[in-house]
Amino acid sequence: MFNKGQNLLLVSTRRETQMIHLQPGQHSQTLSLKKNKKNLFLISRTYSASLCSQLLKRLRQENHLNLGSGGCSELRSCHCTPAWATERNPVSKIKIIIKCNHPCTGVSPAALWLLRQGRAGSPPPAVGGVWRPRVAGRGFLSTGRPLPGSKSAGARRGGHQQLRGPRREVQLLATWGPQDTCAREDPWRPPPCSLKHRTDPRPGHGKTPKDAASVRATHPIPAACGIYYFEVKIVSKGRDGYMGIGLSAQGVNMNRLPGWDKHSYGYHGDDGHSFCSSGTGQPYGPTFTTGDVIGCCVNLINNTCFYTKNGHSLGIAFTDLPPNLYPTVGLQTPGEVVDANFGQHPFVFDIEDYMREWRTKIQAQIDRFPIGDREGEWQTMIQKMVSSYLVHHGYCATAEAFARSTDQTVLEELASIKNRQRIQKLVLAGRMGEAIETTQQLYPSLLERNPNLLFTLKVRQFIEMVNGTDSEVRCLGGRSPKSQDSYPVSPRPFSSPSMSPSHGMNIHNLASGKGSTAHFSGFESCSNGVISNKAHQSYCHSNKHQSSNLNVPELNSINMSRSQQVNNFTSNDVDMETDHYSNGVGETSSNGFLNGSSKHDHEMEDCDTEMEVDSSQLRRQLCGGSQAAIERMIHFGRELQAMSEQLRRDCGKNTANKKMLKDAFSLLAYSDPWNSPVGNQLDPIQREPVCSALNSAILETHNLPKQPPLALAMGQATQCLGLMARSGIGSCAFATVEDYLH
Amino acid sequence: MACLLETPIRMSVLSEVTASSRHYVDRLFDPDPQKVLQGVIDMKNAVIGNNKQKANLIVLGAVPRLLYLLQQETSTTELKTECAVVLGSLAMGTENNVKSLLDCHIIPALLQGLLSPDLKFIEACLRCLRTIFTSPVTPEELLYTDATVIPHLMALLSRSRYTQEYICQIFSHCCKGPDHQTILFNHGAVQNIAHLLTSLSYKVRMQALKCFSVLAFENPQVSMTLVNVLVDGELLPQIFVKMLQRDKPIEMQLTSAKCLTYMCRAGAIRTDDNCIVLKTLPCLVRMCSKERLLEERVEGAETLAYLIEPDVELQRIASITDHLIAMLADYFKYPSSVSAITDIKRLDHDLKHAHELRQAAFKLYASLGANDEDIRKKIIETENMMDRIVTGLSESSVKVRLAAVRCLHSLSRSVQQLRTSFQDHAVWKPLMKVLQNAPDEILVVASSMLCNLLLEFSPSKEPILESGAVELLCGLTQSENPALRVNGIWALMNMAFQAEQKIKADILRSLSTEQLFRLLSDSDLNVLMKTLGLLRNLLSTRPHIDKIMSTHGKQIMQAVTLILEGEHNIEVKEQTLCILANIADGTTAKDLIMTNDDILQKIKYYMGHSHVKLQLAAMFCISNLIWNEEEGSQERQDKLRDMGIVDILHKLSQSPDSNLCDKAKTALQQYLA
Repeated sequence: MFNKGQNLLLVSTRRETQMIHLQPGQHSQTLSLKKNKKNLFLISRTYSASLCSQLLKRLRQENHLNLGSGGCSELRSCHCTPAWATERNPVSKIKIIIKCNHPCTGVSPAALWLLRQGRAGSPPPAVGGVWRPRVAGRGFLSTGRPLPGSKSAGARRGGHQQLRGPRREVQLLATWGPQDTCAREDPWRPPPCSLKHRTDPRPGHGKTPKDAASVRATHPIPAACGIYYFEVKIVSKGRDGYMGIGLSAQGVNMNRLPGWDKHSYGYHGDDGHSFCSSGTGQPYGPTFTTGDVIGCCVNLINNTCFYTKNGHSLGIAFTDLPPNLYPTVGLQTPGEVVDANFGQHPFVFDIEDYMREWRTKIQAQIDRFPIGDREGEWQTMIQKMVSSYLVHHGYCATAEAFARSTDQTVLEELASIKNRQRIQKLVLAGRMGEAIETTQQLYPSLLERNPNLLFTLKVRQFIEMVNGTDSEVRCLGGRSPKSQDSYPVSPRPFSSPSMSPSHGMNIHNLASGKGSTAHFSGFESCSNGVISNKAHQSYCHSNKHQSSNLNVPELNSINMSRSQQVNNFTSNDVDMETDHYSNGVGETSSNGFLNGSSKHDHEMEDCDTEMEVDSSQLRRQLCGGSQAAIERMIHFGRELQAMSEQLRRDCGKNTANKKMLKDAFSLLAYSDPWNSPVGNQLDPIQREPVCSALNSAILETHNLPKQPPLALAMGQATQCLGLMARSGIGSCAFATVEDYLH
Repeated sequence: MACLLETPIRMSVLSEVTASSRHYVDRLFDPDPQKVLQGVIDMKNAVIGNNKQKANLIVLGAVPRLLYLLQQETSTTELKTECAVVLGSLAMGTENNVKSLLDCHIIPALLQGLLSPDLKFIEACLRCLRTIFTSPVTPEELLYTDATVIPHLMALLSRSRYTQEYICQIFSHCCKGPDHQTILFNHGAVQNIAHLLTSLSYKVRMQALKCFSVLAFENPQVSMTLVNVLVDGELLPQIFVKMLQRDKPIEMQLTSAKCLTYMCRAGAIRTDDNCIVLKTLPCLVRMCSKERLLEERVEGAETLAYLIEPDVELQRIASITDHLIAMLADYFKYPSSVSAITDIKRLDHDLKHAHELRQAAFKLYASLGANDEDIRKKIIETENMMDRIVTGLSESSVKVRLAAVRCLHSLSRSVQQLRTSFQDHAVWKPLMKVLQNAPDEILVVASSMLCNLLLEFSPSKEPILESGAVELLCGLTQSENPALRVNGIWALMNMAFQAEQKIKADILRSLSTEQLFRLLSDSDLNVLMKTLGLLRNLLSTRPHIDKIMSTHGKQIMQAVTLILEGEHNIEVKEQTLCILANIADGTTAKDLIMTNDDILQKIKYYMGHSHVKLQLAAMFCISNLIWNEEEGSQERQDKLRDMGIVDILHKLSQSPDSNLCDKAKTALQQYLA
């Protein structure tokens, strides 16, 4: 199989460069030729295969695009088929060459669009999306019989899933694809993607030869790209120049030019007519012939399509287009050759200018959206939103001042705000024990009614104990863990405002994560999002910080062998631990911990005393380095374990809780938890979700919304955009929540 | 009765109002300067947005007092500034207000104020000047009367963004015609204004752009300079192209498209330059789309018509861009029937622009169809197009009529259309109507179109003749306007081509030989050529030649002699010799030549002329005279031989010009036979 492919490839490369059409009889393996049947060669240039996938990988990384697992594997095997040549009817020497060059690094307009969305005028446009080449043409298609190797086709089909999120819901087309083969077959059946199969003859075919054949791109035009554009250069008009350029839906008969059938739309070169799902055309534009570049632009905002000829717009051709159309090109007479440009080369038509116009239009539409019938109503609502946001996060002074100047009433009492503020302060400072205590004091029944919340708080307390910041450990440790309390926003008591600029992004991530379940988690979850995003950065950052801190004393004062020893020890320990964990968290594991960490700790203690003077407490230590504290921590861990079991008995299984606990306990498996894979739990920024969860819970008991309306509105807007993208409303392409957050 | 009753009430109301206004005016005369200042400030607040109040104050004579305070040296700058602001406010009112201000010689006073060192005061003066100069009642010459004004304004351009905005606006409104363009250009307008195109303020950019559009209009000197101006490392055309981008405000797109259009028409940018073909043209087509405001559509279509007028390729591109031809059909749908019912305000708006829209569409159609037959066909195939043009011909608005005629003229260049749609729609009827008592500008276009309609193969020829075209055209030949004379005689020439005897006689009768002679001595070469052409056409078939020569022979021979003796170019002489050849083709007319030795000598002379064309024409003459089969040929041959023609013929038969050589040989054969 592979060898055959290679042969073909070599031939194709030569043909490609010389622009010679394939001659029958040169390839011994093509049975079809011997049978004098119409056949099709699909030829790929594999030399670019590895390069393609590498490039794509890189681009993916750069753009944080999630291509889906199916997509990746597909790209390796299939994407790298930039050139297609189809030959048919060797007897009568009629040939149709459909050539499509496309380096996968090409920039499709949608990619441009994608880019411009988030970061205007920033880095080079990138490609996102999964491209799957398929080619169809009547008479020269294989049967579509699933041949060996085509099994992966199914998987690839699975990879066809759309990228999530309003902007990610874009799949870009960059090549023609093998079609849902011919009409007699189930059009929805995944086509055999391996290109070699194309050369197989189609049994029983050739009785009624018709000349027309169309090729369709691999993917439908995604609505979320807003405006889609591609160009086709007429390399040669062949005998009569019966060429059609247009769009068609999946399942349309590919043995005819685009436009003749239902859900198929085309602009034909011989008469310049447009064909809107009909055999009779309407006068539309000029004719086109050799040397012309014909562009087709689909506007998914108003569902229209216009063509361009040599960079000049020819005016609207079709309106009320259905969704999910594929770019399609059809050729009819021998010698016709066209080149498609999906963005790999600069377009002749200034499509960017067109997109600019629509972006401005959409933004103007948003700006001018009529609001509120009555005078002042809108402003009052905005003021309410702002003040509720301030109150929610406990900015009592600001909220008070704001309420005074805008004649608003604050729904919550000042004292209550202050209480919440106090608790939040404690949580954010890592003093979980005190926080829990205060909460229980101020809101007696709150945590009893919310065992899951209590559990979350306790787990966090455990983590803080490891960190050495929790009050219980701190008093035992006897040493101020200031250096460890490196909470980045420590000068400010509340983290939320600092997070707010990125809310949109977070909700967005969340939305994409949760898909259409439409769980409106709003603030709480969006803070989760924050963490996942931010934690990476800040954690990396603090990592550096830590490592430098750690390394210096290590080199200076710790005996190398000793540190070696520690390392050895820990690594053993880790192995052991993972075993234990697979069995669940049991008593033994705790023992293991105890031994390991205490030993470790002793050694550390020694070091510390030695370098106390010169490295002034830069060292992080488990529970602040105190033995008593460690014991307390272990004890607390056991309590936590018990609580978890209790909770499971009472409320049933809770995977979130289980994972939380597991992650927290995992910290003990490392000699240096801060630098461990689970170390990000120790990051102070992780206090934020806990803090906001607690805050929300308290507010709920007061019958106040558990998230501020502002965050809710933002989440709603983002979800709405996502929904628009999914339901094919193109205007979402030119509107993002981020644009309105400064 | 009712009127009598009403009047006193009105007057009382008026007096009441003026009483309150008088209070403001009285305060201007207060001896305390502080109180005067307060009075001016109060007045300022009172007049803003109140046209009635403005009129009252003007009637009560506030303007001279304000101007006095403005110019008084003892006034504080603050007071002066406030005065300028109030005057500016008054100018914002009706046109009558502006007229009254102009009557008080406000412009010199304000221009004087510009010499002040205080920026605030200068800005107030400029704002007021801007308002006055943008009014249609202000003669723009006022800006140029004092030669020091323009250089001073140029110097003020650097002071602030307001001075920039106002001065540019003044320039763009006061620059009418090449004289003004030259003045501004010579004072460095291009260099001073170019950098304003990158100003942060949109208004400044916009006004600077407008300035350039008026400066470049039909001005090769300015346009050539503009092409090479660098602003922030970018050439001016590139900056204009950026301003064409679709996300820019429409006004900006349209104005920068105008700039590029004018630069292109002035020859500074090639018509195949990408910035014209791929940017300006599509932009202007977009301006014609339904989404644009009516004013924008008018301006877009007019500018586009101007851009593509001389270039076939641009016409072809425009004709396929965005269905322009169909898009223009929409221009005729105003006021739409829907708007009449639903919205009176809209109807009013539509009505106001209906004429403008129609004439713009006609103009653009005229440009589109100027050269390309396919485009003409497309235009005529547009729904009801011919009907619309025909209706346009009889519209009350001169502008629309003119544009319609131009459009029709453009379309009449197509032979096919002349024979089909023009006939089907009896275009000649309204056209003949247009020609009656029309202003010259319409007459020029209409008569040149008539020339096309009178072509021999045009089916409209007959009915036009029947409706008295001959008199009309003969009338035109007496016009002062050379263009009209040319068209008149041209049409007559076309009319006489292969015409019946009666028509020819008609033409000769109504034209009169005096007029014919006058035309033959016309200063306009074209007129002369067409007159000779007319003569040639008149003297075509043998019976006609004899008939005409028998009646007008003497005069015609005189005229011919006159021209052959005069200092004329080759074409004229060739044409004249052709006339002689025609005369020589007649039966009795031949004698007129043969008896005229003078003419024969001239023919002989031209046979030996260095120019082949003239030799050939003279040869025609000779061969007609010596043609064997005709009566009396022997005598003519003898006479000519005596003159030495045969020798010349022998010489010519050796000529390198094959045509001439053949002719000479045939002529010699006539002698042999």
